[in-house]
Amino acid sequence: MAQAPKFIGAPIKRRDDPRLIQGLAHYVDDFNPHGTLHMAMVRSPYGKANIRSVDVSKAAAAEGVVAVYTHEETKGIGPVPVGGLVPDAKVPEQPILADKQTLFAGEPVVAVIAETRYGARDAADLVDIDYEPLDAVVDLAAAMESGSPKVHDAYESNEAFKWGIAGGDVEAGMKEADVIVKEKITNARVAPLALEPRGVLAHYLPGEDKMTIWTSTQVPHKVRTLVALQIGMPENRMRVIAPEVGGGFGSKLNIYREEALAAFVSRELGVPIKWVESRSENFMTTIHGRGQVGDVEMGLKNDGTITAFRYNVLADCGAYYQLLTVAIFTLTGLMLPGPYKIENIEMNATGVFTNKVATDAYRGAGRPEATYILERMMDIAAIELGMDPVEIRRKNFPDKSEFPFNTSAGLSYDSGDYHQALDLALEAADYSGMRAQQEEARKDGRYLGIGFSTYVEICGMGPSAALGGQGWESARVRVEPTGKATVFSGASPHGQGQQTSFAQIVADGLGIDVNDVTVIHGDTDVVPYGVGTFGSRGTVVGGSAVVYARDKVRAKMAKFAAMEFEADENDIEFEDGKVFVRSAPEKSAGFAEVAMMAYSAIALPEDTDPGLEETHFFEPSNFTFPFGTHIVLAEVDPETGDVEILRYVAVDDVGNMINPLLVHGQIHGGIAQGLGQALEEEMIYGEGGQPLNASFMHYALPKASRLPRFELLHTTTPTDVNPLGAKGVGEAGTIGSTPAVVNAVLDALSPFGITHIDMPLRPERLWRAIAEKRA
Amino acid sequence: MIPASFDYVRPQSLEDALAQLREHGEDARVLAGGHSLLPVMKARLADPGVLIDVAGLEDLSGISESEGSEGGVRIGAMTTHAEIEASSLVRGKCYSLVEAAGAIGDVQVRNRGTLGGSLAHADPAADYPAVVLAAGAEITVVGADGERVIGADDFFTGAYETALRAGEIITSVRIRASAVRGSSAYLKAAQQASGFAVCGVAARLALDGNGVVASIRVGVTGVAATAYRATSVENALMGSAPSAESIRKAAAGAGEGVDALDDFYAGADFRRHLAGVYTARAIGKAWIRATGK
Ligand SMILES: Cc1cc2nc3c(=O)[nH]c(=O)nc-3n(C[C@H](O)[C@H](O)[C@H](O)COP(=O)(O)OP(=O)(O)OC[C@H]3O[C@@H](n4cnc5c(N)ncnc54)[C@H](O)[C@@H]3O)c2cc1C
Repeated sequence: MAQAPKFIGAPIKRRDDPRLIQGLAHYVDDFNPHGTLHMAMVRSPYGKANIRSVDVSKAAAAEGVVAVYTHEETKGIGPVPVGGLVPDAKVPEQPILADKQTLFAGEPVVAVIAETRYGARDAADLVDIDYEPLDAVVDLAAAMESGSPKVHDAYESNEAFKWGIAGGDVEAGMKEADVIVKEKITNARVAPLALEPRGVLAHYLPGEDKMTIWTSTQVPHKVRTLVALQIGMPENRMRVIAPEVGGGFGSKLNIYREEALAAFVSRELGVPIKWVESRSENFMTTIHGRGQVGDVEMGLKNDGTITAFRYNVLADCGAYYQLLTVAIFTLTGLMLPGPYKIENIEMNATGVFTNKVATDAYRGAGRPEATYILERMMDIAAIELGMDPVEIRRKNFPDKSEFPFNTSAGLSYDSGDYHQALDLALEAADYSGMRAQQEEARKDGRYLGIGFSTYVEICGMGPSAALGGQGWESARVRVEPTGKATVFSGASPHGQGQQTSFAQIVADGLGIDVNDVTVIHGDTDVVPYGVGTFGSRGTVVGGSAVVYARDKVRAKMAKFAAMEFEADENDIEFEDGKVFVRSAPEKSAGFAEVAMMAYSAIALPEDTDPGLEETHFFEPSNFTFPFGTHIVLAEVDPETGDVEILRYVAVDDVGNMINPLLVHGQIHGGIAQGLGQALEEEMIYGEGGQPLNASFMHYALPKASRLPRFELLHTTTPTDVNPLGAKGVGEAGTIGSTPAVVNAVLDALSPFGITHIDMPLRPERLWRAIAEKRA
Repeated sequence: MIPASFDYVRPQSLEDALAQLREHGEDARVLAGGHSLLPVMKARLADPGVLIDVAGLEDLSGISESEGSEGGVRIGAMTTHAEIEASSLVRGKCYSLVEAAGAIGDVQVRNRGTLGGSLAHADPAADYPAVVLAAGAEITVVGADGERVIGADDFFTGAYETALRAGEIITSVRIRASAVRGSSAYLKAAQQASGFAVCGVAARLALDGNGVVASIRVGVTGVAATAYRATSVENALMGSAPSAESIRKAAAGAGEGVDALDDFYAGADFRRHLAGVYTARAIGKAWIRATGK
């Protein structure tokens, strides 16, 4: 576009907010087709158990119960789909309902279908299952010992896969080092906990032989294709709708058992079947994130130059894989060098089966783990070398002139200026002032700490070949006869705000008002086949598809205008709702008038068909690599172990910002979730494999009152990977925040000689670490 | 999270409520704010057949100056946490109760949950027990045999267990006003998820004209299966003119020898340690308030 952008870059409020705030949005559970029956699941309470017998007779006879399903009746449904595997991974089939054994607490054994949700729940209690509890596999290290109980009887051990990545020569790098620092570091299992739990409503119409599935998902087309295969139904007779989706964070980038099951049952019974997850079920059966326990080793020269980095890690898979369980761990390997020039790197991962629900993508998905261990090691090394944490980071940054920067993990970072982001953050935080404040406080017996995280992450997932398929995104833009524009996106945003930002993109390109653009997504009968929203790709990849589709429509409109004005189509301009000839602006028509020409089609430009509707499938040439610096000032009360965040300064470079308000919203939420992982969150399992904190009364999410004011700043280093120059921001906050918070706490505790404590930094852990040092 | 089905009745008078309780016996439960009872029912850990909603019963409502010479306050059992938090009358008579009320859960919980419900439920991690112990509150209950008054020291008998007899209803709680040179304070370490007390300490003290401790009571909740008084701490400070140092030394005994709760969030030794820390801080705060008067 020739004119300066009017809407792109503007802080326009999210269109979704009024309906969300007023309770006017429609989630899966808000749809109630006539005759809907309700499904309740009977789930195993054991980590691992043999099923000796299942007696459903009482449940089946209960009032209002229409049908009861066990493994036997659902054998015809294909197993839960998995992808993103590595060579030689063992791939257990995840059945829809357990047969002879259950392998994690929460695994469904029986489904009860009843007229009411209450009736289904009551009848579920009447199902009599005789379990024989077995030894469960909970701890990763113990799972790998010979003689450990096994998750899968059919396999020799609990090893799920082995995968590694190596760049350079780590052995040589370690030899070259003046110092080698080592630490055992855990990224605990955490629960994504979208505010809206999962839910599915499947409605099969026998007359039409047509299935509609409303499901709370990030990937409606994947659900359609894969559930169609699971239940043996042509996918073009299936329509999947992701209505309002109340958060996903990766957890809904999956195909779950209940989706295929509800569809299968609906087709059998010919009525709508609804299942909505309870929060307890959400804790136990929706995927978890992270789950890595590793030994980290870093070699450095005395001047702080990193010579080698090694990560040997046990990766907690759970009992079965979900869609991308294995792939997530490989992302950690790809991002292992972070924002530093580390020529020699190595990650050796061993996937471990445990009697728990699968791990999979959770906001950041593999990258927070890499950033966390790396940023922890930077601080540990800084202490060892007596360097300032800022200087050791600076020492290893590539210069901006080195971009595109090729890493030893095999990636090419598109663009970056890490020094600039760090400088801005230091200035905003008044770093030397902060250090002085820390000094003063120590004199008063107060423990303040300053934590850094300089991160780079991988977004805009991604080139299809690099992802093992489906890295593109689709968009269709239609200019309606009345001059309104409609965007049909294959991406499936679920809170990110693309209903607003995509409208901004189209409005600017067509020179119309942003309110004249409507954005539609999440309905497979309406939008072009799409991939979905995850991996910070919605705007970067999906938005780029919108750009190209928009430009195609614009080009076509220009032809109609050129015909009308007897001008050159390249001389047609779009601005303020007008279409005119650039070199002769008096030749002008309203945008809607030109749109109508294309639909009336009384006259057609040469080689041009009627209508204004264009589709584009955008395949990115590379990932994008946003980066930044987060600085945290925290205070620890050494008597109670309480942590208070006093300041939070974040500089995030996400390339061009389509809408800074949306960017900030993403960073706020991201920081909150990363801080939660740092300080509070962790799924805890008892010996028998039962989760001990599977409720909001036990599992802590950071409350608003816990969070500081976020001081957000930006540098802008556009990418040339896509036409927007945008890098993606969905996960940056989560990735940057966790290490910054932990590093701040540990800096506060440095007078005690404490260099590492595993997350979450709950009060008791801090108190114990201090008590140990004092003793 | 769906409870089993139950009947719901809403008696129009206290007598009616007592009669209903008698009639349904074991199968009935009093329903106040429902913020302890309903979660338990939803988890299907309890399935009472009848809930007797005591909301709106006059005998159980209101905050007023209590009769008698001490100038105390009478708080109806159905008074919500939010009402207590906002009451200037309660604030004047017993600061720590206002602090405890304000520290309970979140806004929704405070708007529904009640003083009587919390005391009857006797959750080991509830906030009020520490305060009523420190305040030496008197809990008035009625049952088939009429009314009786139970002192706070005798009220909590175990985890989720109280001196309430079957069929009895708490009607009100009476708390004496702080002395002229006296005050109280409540401080807690909240479990990050639930907000309940991992350790909550209420201290109430009065000083004589020379700044010597004339009375002191310390209640500790969240640490053990039942809220308790830290009598060793009280004894150590009684009759002395406190200093920050003497308070700290005395308070260290608050958790000593206590059979403390132990879970993934806080081990027994940590809870005992917190008892000492929070006792020192609560006494210190009450002391500063008392001297500041
Ligand atoms: C999310 C959440 C967070 C919470 N956080 C805290 C916290 O931080 N600190 C805290 O102390 N509490 C907390 N609570 C509990 C809350 O304070 C409850 O409201 C309170 O414990 C019970 O009061 P209620 O009026 O809701 O009682 P109900 O739930 O209605 O009843 C509880 C029990 O008491 C009985 N009962 C009620 N009233 C009477 C009466 N007048 N006479 C005899 N028996 C009676 C009932 O039969 C039942 O057995 C929390 C609750 C929730 C849901």
